[in-house]
Amino acid sequence: MLKDMMPHFDLYQPDTLEAALDLAANLGEEGWLVGGGQDSWDWLKNRTKRTRAVIELSGIPALKGVRSDGEGMQIGALTTLTEIENDPQVRERFGLLAAAAGRVASPQIRNAGTLGGNISQDTRCWYYRAGVDCYRAGGNTCYADTPAGQNREHAIFNASRCVAVTPSDTAGALTALDASMVIARRGGERVVPAAKFFVDPAVNIRRMTVLDPGEILTAVRIPPNWADGEGRQVKFYFEKVADRAAWDFALLSIAAAFRMDGDKISEARVVLGAAACVPHRLRKVERALAGASRNSETADIVATLESAAARTLGFNQFKVPLMENLIRRAVRGA
Amino acid sequence: MAHKLLGQDFIPHDVVAKVTGEAKFAEDFRVEGMVFARLLSSPYPHARVKGIDLSAAEKVPGYVGVLLPKDVKNPEAPEIPLLTEEPGYIGAPILLLAAESETAAQDALEKVRVDYEPLAFHVDPLASLHPDRPDARTDGNVGATGVKFQTLKWTKADFDKGDHDKRMPAGKAAQEWTYGDVDAAFAKAKYVLDETFVHASNSHHSMEPRTAMAYWQNGKCIVHVSSQSQSFITPALAGLIGIPPTDLVLIAEYCGGGFGSKGGAYPLQALPALLSKKINRPVMMRISRAEEYFHGSARLGFQGQVKLGFAEDGKLLAADLYVIQENGACQSFWDFRNAADGLSILYQPEAMRWRGMPVYANSPIRSAQRGPGYNQMCHIMEPLLDKAARELKIDRLAIRLKNGPGLNAPFGAQRETVSSCYLKEALEKGAGIFGWEERLKRNGQRNGSKVTAVAVGQAFHPAGFFGFDGLLRILPTGKVHIHTGVGNLGTFSHSSTSRIAAEVLKLDWADVVIERGDSRRNLPWNIGQFGSNTNFTMARTNYVAAMDALSKLKEIAAKRFGGSAENYDVDGRRVFRKGTGTGMTYGDAAKQAIILGGKYDGHELPMDINPMTQLSATAIAGTGLVGVAKDNLPMNGAAAAFAAAFIEIEMDLETGRYVIQDYVGVADCGTVIHPAGLETQIKSGAVQGFGVAGLERIVYDPQNGLPASVGFYQAKPPTYGDVARRFRVAGVDLPDPSSPLGTKGIGEPLLGCAGSVLLCAISEALGGHVFNRTPVVADMILNHLAGRPQAHGPLQVNCQ
Repeated sequence: MLKDMMPHFDLYQPDTLEAALDLAANLGEEGWLVGGGQDSWDWLKNRTKRTRAVIELSGIPALKGVRSDGEGMQIGALTTLTEIENDPQVRERFGLLAAAAGRVASPQIRNAGTLGGNISQDTRCWYYRAGVDCYRAGGNTCYADTPAGQNREHAIFNASRCVAVTPSDTAGALTALDASMVIARRGGERVVPAAKFFVDPAVNIRRMTVLDPGEILTAVRIPPNWADGEGRQVKFYFEKVADRAAWDFALLSIAAAFRMDGDKISEARVVLGAAACVPHRLRKVERALAGASRNSETADIVATLESAAARTLGFNQFKVPLMENLIRRAVRGA
Repeated sequence: MAHKLLGQDFIPHDVVAKVTGEAKFAEDFRVEGMVFARLLSSPYPHARVKGIDLSAAEKVPGYVGVLLPKDVKNPEAPEIPLLTEEPGYIGAPILLLAAESETAAQDALEKVRVDYEPLAFHVDPLASLHPDRPDARTDGNVGATGVKFQTLKWTKADFDKGDHDKRMPAGKAAQEWTYGDVDAAFAKAKYVLDETFVHASNSHHSMEPRTAMAYWQNGKCIVHVSSQSQSFITPALAGLIGIPPTDLVLIAEYCGGGFGSKGGAYPLQALPALLSKKINRPVMMRISRAEEYFHGSARLGFQGQVKLGFAEDGKLLAADLYVIQENGACQSFWDFRNAADGLSILYQPEAMRWRGMPVYANSPIRSAQRGPGYNQMCHIMEPLLDKAARELKIDRLAIRLKNGPGLNAPFGAQRETVSSCYLKEALEKGAGIFGWEERLKRNGQRNGSKVTAVAVGQAFHPAGFFGFDGLLRILPTGKVHIHTGVGNLGTFSHSSTSRIAAEVLKLDWADVVIERGDSRRNLPWNIGQFGSNTNFTMARTNYVAAMDALSKLKEIAAKRFGGSAENYDVDGRRVFRKGTGTGMTYGDAAKQAIILGGKYDGHELPMDINPMTQLSATAIAGTGLVGVAKDNLPMNGAAAAFAAAFIEIEMDLETGRYVIQDYVGVADCGTVIHPAGLETQIKSGAVQGFGVAGLERIVYDPQNGLPASVGFYQAKPPTYGDVARRFRVAGVDLPDPSSPLGTKGIGEPLLGCAGSVLLCAISEALGGHVFNRTPVVADMILNHLAGRPQAHGPLQVNCQ
């Protein structure tokens, strides 16, 4: 059972990215990176995961802040969700991300939690969090995908042995915005598109992202092609459905971006959160929307296009009609 | 009668202390030489401990010692054990280990090797009654206070009679009662409902986990605990520690919430004392937030069937109720009995049968939670009452007024009566504030995917006891010390009820010192702070103590200035002769009391007071004028609290989410003693009710017994975003005749009326669909709207 008692570990608090990368390289799998700590401290306090050392990144200025070159935007991984929610540039140009950041958890958690942490956090499958020996934890079973498993929050798409879902509210928005993740390592850097940053269980069941030991997610880059404003005809829609008005992870969320040509949709991105282990693009819906009007009739036509592909579990069948309704609302604009 | 203090707001000392941080809770205390202890808890829902190997743990730096099951004397089964070798739920304490630091204690704990033999288990009380299904305990499966601990299984034939969620299987009940001719009453009914129901368990979510610290000094055991109650738990806690109550020093000045779970003594309060005695060191046992979900407790869940027969005019003629109660692994509360009383009083059926079955399950210990049984019942009944109203085409407020209890309404099998009931007045007052008639026009209005629904709800809970003691003293300084042993749940009612004594003595509040929170402050025998009883019970004790002091003041004045006591009155901290004004200050009267001695300064005490009060009064004897008495005031029926609520919600039919636009709560709480306190109670009770009705539930995987709701984010108490956007409150403010100044309790039904009214509104938003299940969560609404079957099985409990 949960311990709620922080164990001993070595604590490193570098104040430069270079120092942090050196530590990450030297410590490898024994160096646990902490940003806002909203995921990490739970794991460590509960002693369900352990580490020899923690590399605490909050003292590195280079990892914080929103920078715009007038085209795209780069957001430091340690920028807090509250800062993103309230940043004028993000709100004006990438309101989809601001809206998603503003629906994460609670104000207190958004004040501490970071964008990098929100997209890198581990799944919230309650079995996995309880410390059982499931596939994701290195075992050989899934406790949730069983006849009597309590799997209300679990996946309806692309499960592969593990049926956990991404808990991130911002990941879907970033996927819809074609964002990329800047990943540094000692002596180098790689930029990974969102579509490849998040990892399906069929690819690797033990991790949620492509981040390797020794690497640090330093920033998120959002290209200009989905930027709102300045005459561009882009419409966004974000909605998160959860049990409570605050604090909860999504039962299902939708992040959508529509490039408009007059009253027609010329291109669309529609991404579900909490539907699969990674942000789940509804490509059939996206294709069907190209050239369609953004109205109720279109909404009803496309709402059920993905339903047949859903594979529900004992307690999450409701996600299918909820998905259909969220698609309708996104297309309708409410 | 106009009051000087009653009905006026004041700032209790608690408020300042909590804001400034002056308030110290159990885990804030430190004592020289103190060690930290951590519990080793069962990872299995049911198991037998075959061996404990401490050899590796003992080598961890900082290890000090351990308390094992063999070191303690457990209460007789099925009471909650102190430590156990047959854990009955995940989290059941097996041993307590102490070290020089908390981290070291946890490190050592992880080195303890326990050899478990897993045993069969279940988390479904109804299913467990099948003859082929395992029981939660090896020594019996059914029992409760007032019900013999026994093995009582149903037959296969009993189960064959069940029909999924249409009809619950029903075998022999552990307890039952009937009044009136139930069959005849049903035969007269125009409309009969016969439905199964489920009410989930939910955690108490006490903000302060149940931490305790203890040490021994000069033969006394000093314990700092998290407790709603003070004097009342002393004998039971002393018993758990194995000492006479007089050897226990109990410190519980502040309590960060209990909601019933800390009303009585509980084993975790005793464990540090027992380990402290063994290792001869002070012991702090801090329970963490996560652990609270394992070692804390929860509301008792229900599975059941209710049949109701209504006359054409909406009058409830007959009720037939069967409640299966989930006890948890150990002895718990009697919600299943309260449910029956609750139905009988709120709806006044002409005839009623009740059957109850309290069943043990391999889930954490249960205890009373705000409105135990009564609130579950109104959550079940109120939507069904609306269903009947729709069927019979009767206004939903009107059907409540039609069936509602009168001033001295009877209840239960014995047809006892209540001392006062102003529920109809509460409903009418609330309807006026809410604008019921006008609001009904909005009911069902659509705005895109959203629909507006309005509803009315109600609830009941007993509101007081009698027979406890009051104690106060007037010092030569003129200050009046009111000694109260009721405890401190956080509602300030230790102070608000002390104002009864101050009112009798016509004191300024600044002249009053409240003595409480530490048994060394010489506290009287008082009831615990639970069951919405404080405002009634403690009003009576403080009243009789103040009346005793008043008599003594007058007698002392008469001795000094002549005449008889009847010639004297009090005011302005003086006792004086009516007409002339000749008299003395309270301070001088106190000095005179000390000179006179005897009964005046506490050297002679009433014979009928509790031994605890005798000791306390004796300890303060000679320090001033002592007012002390047992509450022997007459009782005209059982004290009862009622509450009514009105609500408007807007539900989004595409997401299953709703917003509470408006809430009106009205309390039948007798004379309003503390308006700000009442407002806080109505609002906080409502928020808690919203959670129970729409969000909170305990969840287990029935395949392995793993609990899923073990944190705030999983157990889902309401957040700031889930409260009503508009909140209005009121009190009926009509006095209870059995309470000296008319006050009575109110806390518990304020949850029930809010939960009920929300469930009714959800049903109304869905065109009258009744789920017969609490809580109603978003996915149930979505499945219903999509025409899909619900995920949970018929009468399935502890599931998502």
